Amino acid sequence: MKKYSSSIIVIIMFFAFWEGLARYINAMYILPSPSKIIEKIWILRESLFKVHLPATLLVTFLGLLISIVLGVALAVAMSLSENIEKALYPIVVVTQTVPITALAPIFVLWFGYSIWSRILVTILMTFFPITVNVYDGFRSTKREMEELLITYGASKKQIFLKLKLPSALPYFFSALKISVPLSVIGAAISEWLGSQSGLGYFSKRMMTQLDGAGVFAPIVILSFAAIIFVIIINVLENKIIKWRNEV
Amino acid sequence: MLILVNMNTCFGIWPIIRGCNLFMLKFYDVNFRYENNEKYLIENLNFQVDNREFISIIGPSGCGKSTIFRLITGLEKADSGNIFINDENINNLKGYIGYMPQRDLLMPWRTISENACLPLEIQGKNSKEAKSEAEKLLEAFGLGKYKDKYPKDLSGGMKQRVSFIRTLLTGSDIMLLDEPFSALDAITKISMQEWLLEQWSNLKKTILFITHDVEEALFLSSRVFVISEKPITKLKEIIVPAGYPRDRHVLNIPEMMDIKEELVNELKQRVEL
Repeated sequence: MKKYSSSIIVIIMFFAFWEGLARYINAMYILPSPSKIIEKIWILRESLFKVHLPATLLVTFLGLLISIVLGVALAVAMSLSENIEKALYPIVVVTQTVPITALAPIFVLWFGYSIWSRILVTILMTFFPITVNVYDGFRSTKREMEELLITYGASKKQIFLKLKLPSALPYFFSALKISVPLSVIGAAISEWLGSQSGLGYFSKRMMTQLDGAGVFAPIVILSFAAIIFVIIINVLENKIIKWRNEV
Repeated sequence: MLILVNMNTCFGIWPIIRGCNLFMLKFYDVNFRYENNEKYLIENLNFQVDNREFISIIGPSGCGKSTIFRLITGLEKADSGNIFINDENINNLKGYIGYMPQRDLLMPWRTISENACLPLEIQGKNSKEAKSEAEKLLEAFGLGKYKDKYPKDLSGGMKQRVSFIRTLLTGSDIMLLDEPFSALDAITKISMQEWLLEQWSNLKKTILFITHDVEEALFLSSRVFVISEKPITKLKEIIVPAGYPRDRHVLNIPEMMDIKEELVNELKQRVEL
């Protein structure tokens, strides 16, 4: 806890300043104070936590899951064959240069307001860091180590399972830590652009009603959700990669 | 087909008929150059190593010592010529060698016993069996209490011991050690050399040992191969005038001192500053 004490102080100061400023300006529809936002969350708890949060989480989880499967599969394919790498890597990079927020309306056009248009946006935002990181992980193996396994008579499959996969594991966790917050953002953006439920949609609806605190409330919940996910991943990482903290 | 089978059996029993020792390792007219090099690094090289010998290969850095090992392990293929182990061409063999690299190359995510049993796992033993076999050996080598530790918890000398045990578990009769002690401090190095000599005489293995340390070569080996020319066309052979078991005092015998002097001078000439 001591580690975080200075950042906690900064956060408290920030919110205190915000509270003071908001009360001074006294225009809650533009700049709601933190206390008002919390009050709003409490008032709207039923619909926020029972309807919209689960909707967003569903998109987040499904999108992330498909991203992990897709990203790891791409990374494996690229590490197994140089030709596949040459063919796919540039395409993977190009997908990241496309402004995803601009693509979202097209997905809505294709899939309507169904969950799949939202999941597709989330996938587009999250699969890239997973692919690139895991691929780097496969490549991080030492040549000498691979040669040693070859002298033992190891097959390509054995080299992959016993050397490349474990080497890539820390990279996979780094990728997850980038992708999880991105998946939350992706889900929220897609809900903003075309949806009938979810925290992003809720935020948009509140904006049309000029309800400042109502716009902030789902953002606070999204932030906390992302923080909790990252903490969970950290705990998992420390459990699985016991051998880390190498000098 | 029948003829082929007969040929094979002939080769198999041929040395026994001759009534002499099996050659553990034999280079026969081996030529080799690296792909983007015009010049051959190894030309018509012939040499052989008998069963249970301890041979050191010594030469200045960059002379091609490690290339000889890469050829034996099959990581590089000879352009022409053949290499035999136990009278079997290495092209027909798989997982036939115990190669111990310069750096320990233990996998940081595996415990000590999981690292040691790696060759057994590759050979297809199930991991539980492999692990218990490795643990037995670790126990015998006094490393039993470290079996569940990770490599990061061990000192350099201990890691090299684990690496040696891992090499042993390949089950191969011939072990190639590539400057295994070069990264260790002087005191650890000396105790590791004595330890290795003890293991070698107990285990009845054939060892090929690369080094650039003249004293190390003389202390350990029965014969020393000196690489002093490029391309390598022959290995100059020095028979070490001492038997086994031996201790460090042999290095102070006058004969030994002369050889040492001669070797250092020879290698010194080759070093381009």
